[in-house]
Amino acid sequence: MIRYIIRRVLWAILVLLIVVFVTYVIFFLLPTGDPAVRLAGKARTPEILAQIREHYGLDHPWYVQYLLFLKRAVLGDQYGWPGLGQSFTTKVPLKETIFGRIAVTAQLAIGAALVWIVIGLSIGILAALRPRTLGDRTAMGLAVLAISMPVFFLGPLALYIFWFRLEWLPGTGYYPLGEYGFGEWFGHWILPWVVLSVLYAAFYARLTRSNLMETMTEDYIRTARAKGLSEKRVVLKHGMRAGLTPIVTVFGLDLAALLGGAIITETIFNLPGIGQLTVQSVGSQDLSAIAVITLVAASFVVVANLIVDIVYAILDPRVRLA
Amino acid sequence: MPEPLLEVKDLKVHFPTQDGLVKAVDGLTFTVQPGETLGVVGESGSGKSVSFLTVMGLISRKSAVIEGQVFFQGQDLLQMTNDELREIRGAKIAMIFQDPMTSLHPFYKVGDQIAEMILAHEDVPKKDAARRAVEMLGEVNIPQPEERAKQYPHEFSGGMRQRAMIAMALSLNPDLLIADEPTTALDVTVQAQILELIDHLQSEFNTAVALITHDLGVVAEHTDHIQVMYAGRIVEEGTGDDIYYKPMMPYTWGLLRSIPRLGHDTDRLTPIKGAPPSLIFLPDGCAFSPRCPYVFDECRLVQPELLPIDGRHATRCHLGYTDRQRILDEEILTRS
Amino acid sequence: MTTVETTPAREAPKSGEPLLRLEGIVKHFPITRGIIFQKKVGAVHAVDGLDLDIYPGETVGLVGETGCGKSTLARVAMRLYDATAGRIVLEGRDITDLKGEELRNLRRDMQMVFQDPYASLNPRKTVGTIVGGPMRLHKTVPRDKIKKAVQELMELVGLNPEHYNRYPHEFSGGQRQRIGVARALALRPKLIVCDEPVSALDVSIQAQILNLLSDLQDELNLTYLFIAHDLSVVRHISDRVAVMYLGKIVERGDRDDLYAQPRHPYTGALLSAVPIADPRLAREKRRIILEGDVPSPIDPPSGCRFHTRCPRSRALAKADAQVSQPWMPRCAAEEPELTPFSDTQVAACHYPLDRPIIVLDPS
Repeated sequence: MIRYIIRRVLWAILVLLIVVFVTYVIFFLLPTGDPAVRLAGKARTPEILAQIREHYGLDHPWYVQYLLFLKRAVLGDQYGWPGLGQSFTTKVPLKETIFGRIAVTAQLAIGAALVWIVIGLSIGILAALRPRTLGDRTAMGLAVLAISMPVFFLGPLALYIFWFRLEWLPGTGYYPLGEYGFGEWFGHWILPWVVLSVLYAAFYARLTRSNLMETMTEDYIRTARAKGLSEKRVVLKHGMRAGLTPIVTVFGLDLAALLGGAIITETIFNLPGIGQLTVQSVGSQDLSAIAVITLVAASFVVVANLIVDIVYAILDPRVRLA
Repeated sequence: MPEPLLEVKDLKVHFPTQDGLVKAVDGLTFTVQPGETLGVVGESGSGKSVSFLTVMGLISRKSAVIEGQVFFQGQDLLQMTNDELREIRGAKIAMIFQDPMTSLHPFYKVGDQIAEMILAHEDVPKKDAARRAVEMLGEVNIPQPEERAKQYPHEFSGGMRQRAMIAMALSLNPDLLIADEPTTALDVTVQAQILELIDHLQSEFNTAVALITHDLGVVAEHTDHIQVMYAGRIVEEGTGDDIYYKPMMPYTWGLLRSIPRLGHDTDRLTPIKGAPPSLIFLPDGCAFSPRCPYVFDECRLVQPELLPIDGRHATRCHLGYTDRQRILDEEILTRS
Repeated sequence: MTTVETTPAREAPKSGEPLLRLEGIVKHFPITRGIIFQKKVGAVHAVDGLDLDIYPGETVGLVGETGCGKSTLARVAMRLYDATAGRIVLEGRDITDLKGEELRNLRRDMQMVFQDPYASLNPRKTVGTIVGGPMRLHKTVPRDKIKKAVQELMELVGLNPEHYNRYPHEFSGGQRQRIGVARALALRPKLIVCDEPVSALDVSIQAQILNLLSDLQDELNLTYLFIAHDLSVVRHISDRVAVMYLGKIVERGDRDDLYAQPRHPYTGALLSAVPIADPRLAREKRRIILEGDVPSPIDPPSGCRFHTRCPRSRALAKADAQVSQPWMPRCAAEEPELTPFSDTQVAACHYPLDRPIIVLDPS
């Protein structure tokens, strides 16, 4: 197992290096304008531009900039460790920004995840146990409907109905728990959580249903029944336990991807998470921020992949990690 | 005769499918005496597995129409509620299946799976159940049972897995053990080990055994009473001596002539002509009539009854007794 | 004490040259481990030194259980795997290291019928394509004559030639196996290796396929290497039989001799284990039940590979007061050679059997 983890970690590092490398290549290959000009703002004299270039290291060729970025990331810079530099646009050290943003995105992702897991799995299990009945077909039909309704449609629709017309819920924005009461905090999270989870819940319901249906045809389910176990135990302890493993894998990866930024949801609901930062940084060609965001998001995915593989091996004793 | 342990009366199990009604079991009547070993022989599609799955209550009424009566120790299992059946399943009637690799849950330890069965039926502390699980593993000759109990099924060999299944099935000392092709997926020396184990445990625990198989050799060596099934019915039943030395039904003749048998050398085997019957479109008369070399008109029109010949030897065939005796002497027994 | 043959017998050479000669075949599958660079830490000894001659027109039955290496051996003989060591000689020609074009041409002489009729046929191809494929590939039949040739073959194996355009799933298991046989015959090979061709079939279909194989052998003068685990089937179809255990042949001989008096205790155990469809014969059978499981081919036992489970070695050790281990010391220390017991039978055992297991002539 240890050997396996070491090998995976080495590969992970390689992947991250490549991801950031590709980010740099794309950034410099696209004709987006001179970052120094943007940084200079109004005072665009050649001397100031030269100064800015030197300060931000923009006078080096792009691959050197890439290496400098790596060096600072690993060794730290004037803002501490890890050395993520400062945003070109806000000039604020990215280290603080990033962690703050991650916190918001994490609340969004985890909250939505809990919702979609509970709803998705329950519906999936119930549908699997009553295949081809009206309930099953209705549930799967609704699931298809939900998958067809993207967040950028559902979001504004939900806001319109629940905030604008019915005035049941407060509007957009992020109200941190520390500064505001539970009600304010929670009230502003309901819509983003539900809207984001609808799509995933539908997916997971379908996934659970098909997994469980397949598992229930396995021989060991017949053995479990032959042992005289209660049907509830047969379904949950024997059926779901086996059907769960692919769901766990997918869940880990979905969550990791979301942690890298739920761009559309954050934009619609005005949540200051990584997604929103991504949009802003790309719009303002803030290479420094983009590089850091890419690194962070990629790290989440890479780490999640490793964790998910290990969890799979723990759940399924037949899997030998080689 | 003592009260039979299991008495199946005119059991019918029909599955409605898109292509038609599949009559998997179509009027099955037999008994199992306490402590005896019944051999149930047939090819795929004969209904041998479905009939015993129905006895166990593992065929749901949502997928099949079930008629008839299945008396176990005097009570009709087909009239019981699911809860009542669950109490019997595992504790009084246990079943082991063909493929031990897929019949055990891959994610749980073997000892836990056995203990789970004990705990489902008896109110004992977990530690007791675990200890009994280890004891049962020892009973089936699995070396180092304590360590093995903590292992997962994939860490066992095929033969050991089947032993573990037997251990699990017998852990509550059931009165009837149904073994559905228990050795088909195993190597021949392992098969011999498992069959001997079943023989041994049967006499030790005085369990009745229903041994379902397609292998006429297995049945010859390990059973007291044999029933040959075809298209969901019994076509011949009797002791080993009856079936192998005095068979009286063309399907049995066909089976015996079509397999390579040690001690009966032939240059060519005589396969049964035709193909196994469609269970949807069964003929009006005898189900075997399309393939029977001795068929005559009545066979195609009227279904024969299962009639006794001698003691518990019975057959389902329209041919006259003397005709059959003649065919037996002239054609069947001369080949060896 | 066991009796020892006083007149040293020699395995009499058969007349003529063997069609296929396997000499010293070894096939190991390496096991690797490592973080970045994989290093070989062990090997699966699938076949570990095996000699076998197959003469034209005969059927050699190769028997053994899971893990004995018989399927691997078949594939090595067919050059589907490369041998780790040893020589393969087909009609006097060394084919061990053939590659490329020459290897492809070899397929005209040796073909295989596989076990699983459901998995060994490409479900997306019609019967005509499957059986005609080899002809097209090797250009043995002109293109415009292929269909006719295929239909002739179909008839030969008992299929309706009008089903030329049907797909495998439209056929039953037995019919699919016939397609497999037809495909194997497409190039008119001299040797056909049958790898458990009837194990996956229903009892009544087995008979049909066995009869077919037997008839084809007479008609087309074929030679078979017939691999199976069912000793009744092997007895029915073979002229000579070889028994494998953990990668080696432990006994080999004429069919009747071997079944009448097996010499190697493993052969004896195999014979004893076969259920006999005859209650009286079954009752008279000597019961030899092996204990435990087959050892792993990664780490085969020392000396005679069978010694850990050998009932004969155990019985002798028990009877001998001077032996404290559960088996005879010679069995654990020294690997026995294949020694002849007659001019047709050889076995590798220090303490061979001398009493029959089953009495096949109950007259």
